[in-house]
Amino acid sequence: MQIPVEGFMYPNEVELQWSILIVLYPFITGLVAGAFILASLERVFRVQAVKPTYRLALLTALAFLLVAPLPLQLHLGHPERSFEMYLTPHRSSAMAMFGFVYLWYLMAVLLLEIWLDYRRDIVLKSQTSTGFPRFIYRVLTLGSDNISERSLQIDERVGYFITLIGIPSAFLLHGYVGFIFGSVKANPWWSSPLMPIVFIFSAMVSGIAAVMLLYMLSTRLRGREIDMRCVDTIAQYLMYTFIIDFSLEMLDLLQRIYEADESFRSLDFMVHTRLWTSQVIVQILLGTVTPITLLALTQFLKFSATARKRIYAVAGVLTVIGIFAMRWNVVIGGQLFSKSFLGYTTYKMGFATREGLLPAIALMILPFIILWVLVKLLPPWPDAALSASGATAAHGTS
Amino acid sequence: MFKDIEHLIRLAVVMLIALIVFIVVRAHVVPRSFGQYGHYRGAALGEIASRPVALAGHEACETCHSDVADLKKQGKHVVVACEACHGAAANHADDPGSIKPAKLDTAILCARCHEANSAKPRGFPQVVTADHANGVACDTCHQPHRPKIDLQPETKGTKK
Repeated sequence: MQIPVEGFMYPNEVELQWSILIVLYPFITGLVAGAFILASLERVFRVQAVKPTYRLALLTALAFLLVAPLPLQLHLGHPERSFEMYLTPHRSSAMAMFGFVYLWYLMAVLLLEIWLDYRRDIVLKSQTSTGFPRFIYRVLTLGSDNISERSLQIDERVGYFITLIGIPSAFLLHGYVGFIFGSVKANPWWSSPLMPIVFIFSAMVSGIAAVMLLYMLSTRLRGREIDMRCVDTIAQYLMYTFIIDFSLEMLDLLQRIYEADESFRSLDFMVHTRLWTSQVIVQILLGTVTPITLLALTQFLKFSATARKRIYAVAGVLTVIGIFAMRWNVVIGGQLFSKSFLGYTTYKMGFATREGLLPAIALMILPFIILWVLVKLLPPWPDAALSASGATAAHGTS
Repeated sequence: MFKDIEHLIRLAVVMLIALIVFIVVRAHVVPRSFGQYGHYRGAALGEIASRPVALAGHEACETCHSDVADLKKQGKHVVVACEACHGAAANHADDPGSIKPAKLDTAILCARCHEANSAKPRGFPQVVTADHANGVACDTCHQPHRPKIDLQPETKGTKK
C-alpha cells in the first residue's frame, strides 16, 4: 500500500504505528474516569439532583473499563503476555505500570463500590430469583445475607471512603493516559506537562456527556419520565467542566503560538492542512464551541422541558464526537508530521484488518453489550419487585 | 457488631485468597533466574550461548574464496561482510562439499540497500530500481563484489 507523503519523512515515520485502536484507548478510559467522577458528585459532593444517574454512571464506568485494555491487546498482539506485567513488574516502564493503575481502579475502587452499593439488592434478588441468576446472586452475596440497617450503614460509610479514594484514582487512571503522551519529549505535538490535566478534564467532559445521554436514552426506552432536575444539573456540570477543559486547551495553544519554538511552523501548517477538518471543524467548532454555546443558552434563556431535552441530546452527542476528535488529533496528529519538521505523511486506516475500522467499531459496541448485561443483572433504577418485598427504596438512607 | 461487618470480612477473605493464589502462581511461573542480571531471565544467556553458531565470519570465507576477497578489496563493498548478502554460512564452511549457499537474486538483494530513499545520505549510491533496471537483474551490468562498472583498479588503487 503506497502511503502519500509530502516533503521529507524519515523512513520509520511514513507508516503510522499507533492506529485508530490507540485513539480508542484514551477515549474509552476517558469515559470511565468521567462517568466515575459524575457518580462521585452524588456520593461525595452530595449533589442530590444527579442521584438518578449514580448507579448507571458506575455501571457505565465498569462496562467501559472492562473494554479499555482490549484495543491495546489487539494492537500489541499476544494478549497472553499481558499478565506478565503483574508477574514481573517493570517499575521503570510507565506503560507497564498501567497494569497496576488499571487493576487498582477495577478491583479496589469500581468493583468494590458497586458491590457495596448493590449489596442489599443482590441479597434480596438472591432470595427472590430462581435458576442460574439465583446462583450468580448467591455467589455475589459471598454467603452473607445480612442487610440489617446497621450493616447497610456500614456499607454506606465504607462506600463513601472508597469513592473518596476513587476520585484521585480516576484522576490517576486518566492522568496517566495523558502522561504517556505528554512525556514523549521527542514529539512536540505531545510533549507538554499540561497533557495529563487536559486529558482529565476532557475525560470528565466525555464521561458526563455519555452518562447523560445514556440516562436519557434508557429512561425513554423504559417509557419513564426523564427527571429534568437531574439532567439540568448534569448539563450545568457538563458546561462548567467543558469551559475549564476548553480554557486549558486554549491556554496550551496560546502558549505554543507565543513560544513559537522550532516545531511551530510545521505543526501550524499541519493544523491548517491535514488536521483542519478533524481539529478545527470537528473538535473545536462542532465538538466544543457548539455544545458549550447550546448549554450556555439553556442557562440564559427559558426553554420548555422538551426543547431542553433536545438541546442536551444534541450537545451531548456533539461533545462525545468532539472528545473523540480530540483523541484522534492527539494520537494521529502526533504521527503525521516528520520530526525533521520538513514533511507530512498520511494515515491510511484499514477496514477488516486487526487494527482497522471494523475491530474499532466492534470495540465501541462491546461496552454497550456489557452495560446491557450489567443493567439486566444489577438494575440501576429502583426495582418495583424489590420495593414490593418490603424494603425501602435502594440507597435511600444516605 | 461483628455480625454486621461479616460480609466485609468475607470480602477481605476472598481478596486475601486471591492474593495468596497470585503469590503461589507467581512463585511457580516466574523463572528462577529472572532478575539475576536485569529485567530478563538470567539463564537465557547460557541458552543463547549454547545455540549452534550460524555465521562463519568473513575470515572463514576468505580462506577458500581468496579470489573474491581480492576483487572485493578493489570496490566499495569491501566493508560489507560476505554473509550480509549470502546469508549465514557456518554449515557451508563446515562442509563446503555438500552444503552450498543458495543462489542470490540480485534484482531483489541490491534494492534492499540501494533503493532510492530521501532519508539516505546524499553520497550513498541509490537508484529507483523500476526506472534504473526495469526488472533486469543488477548483476547483468554490475559485478556485486566490485560494483562500479568503469572502475580501473590500476589507476585508482585499492580503497580501504
